[in-house]
Amino acid sequence: MATSLVSPDADKARRFRDAALPHLDDVYTLARYLLRSAADADDAVQECYLRAFRHFDGFRGQAVKPWLMAILRNVCRAEFARRSGTAAELADVTEDALPLWQEAESSPEAAVLRQRDSATVRALVAALPEPFRETIVLRDINDLSYREIAEVIGTPVGTVMSRLARARSMLREAWLRSEHEPECEERSL
Amino acid sequence: MTCEDIRILVHALVDGELDAGHSREVEAHLAKCPGCAVQLRDYRVMRQALSGPMLRHQAPAALRARIEGALPVRNAVAPSRRSLLKGLAMGSVLSGALAASLVVLVVRKEEDQRILGDVVSAHLRSLQGDHLIDVQSSDQHTVKPWFNGRLDVAPPVIDLTAQGFTLIGGRLDYIDGRPVAAVVYKRRAHVINLFVAQVMGPERRATIEQVQGFNIWRWTRSDLGFWAVSDINAEELQEFGEKFETAVRSGA
Repeated sequence: MATSLVSPDADKARRFRDAALPHLDDVYTLARYLLRSAADADDAVQECYLRAFRHFDGFRGQAVKPWLMAILRNVCRAEFARRSGTAAELADVTEDALPLWQEAESSPEAAVLRQRDSATVRALVAALPEPFRETIVLRDINDLSYREIAEVIGTPVGTVMSRLARARSMLREAWLRSEHEPECEERSL
Repeated sequence: MTCEDIRILVHALVDGELDAGHSREVEAHLAKCPGCAVQLRDYRVMRQALSGPMLRHQAPAALRARIEGALPVRNAVAPSRRSLLKGLAMGSVLSGALAASLVVLVVRKEEDQRILGDVVSAHLRSLQGDHLIDVQSSDQHTVKPWFNGRLDVAPPVIDLTAQGFTLIGGRLDYIDGRPVAAVVYKRRAHVINLFVAQVMGPERRATIEQVQGFNIWRWTRSDLGFWAVSDINAEELQEFGEKFETAVRSGA
């Protein structure tokens, strides 16, 4: 008879909990921005953690947060495929055609970006197209390094940098446009 | 370095991803190019806005509980219960009632060990990254109301700075799959997590436990269970528990 009180499964579960659950809010945040639906985010995060637990034996030494986020991203891709019949939403668009920087339309020097309330900023980020939304969320909201983002989305660091430049340029454009609109009501993504 | 280069590199500067040499080159360009300086200024405003806690989402407690619930948690409770019963069936003269109470004791004890293990896991988690505190304040009148509506229990929150244990804040945590209050104190550089949860059963006087090298000072009062966990030595942790209880009784 085994003398250990703790079964191997329970021990694995404990190690997994200690390693993975501290990142739950981060993973959930990413899911909310990627899927733009609270209910879908719930399901995707749960599926992500179940998959992560199944593969936890093979997990060695990397940082846990990007590993979880890469799994979440795969779960979300499957969800997009289910929604639209294709994986189009995360597919690369012709991103090189997009500007890295746009001058403000009216008097560039005077156009100082105004501080906006959180609900407005959140809505502006949520309205960005992919793959720019995920890049900016991973960097600015989930606080991943360029190298970690490259790992999550499976591209070279150079691609991360150009996407981030385009993503922020788009966000800034939308931000300046929104300054002529009333403050946004708090709304769910 | 051209303005075209800056359009990519200004982000790496804002994000702290440039080495010192490139940082100096980018900064030199920005200093003499007002057009590019606008980018730096705007992206800093954006970065600031995006890094705030309001842009993040908190996972619902129900989701966390579902994930916890889907993981195998049981220590080998079921087999040990079976083997105990088998032992009793084999020539034992113990009455059925006594056998049943023994089973309850064994199960309680294992549950208890699991909860103590959870307490240490929660303590360890809290020390990773920025998970220590949801509400940061040394003011008990700020920390206490923060728990309202987040939990079924109203945990006592008491500032013990004068007694050498500084209140630094509170957060929600999970023990045994249930949400609990964690009130966080500091003793010199050491963190003390005081977990408070609703419990059933008779009151138990305070005892010291050791799990994975951490000390746990635990007690119950009316229907509240308390677990103070830290890497400070057992005597100091006991002192913390006693000062806390004294302060609660005196209605601080």
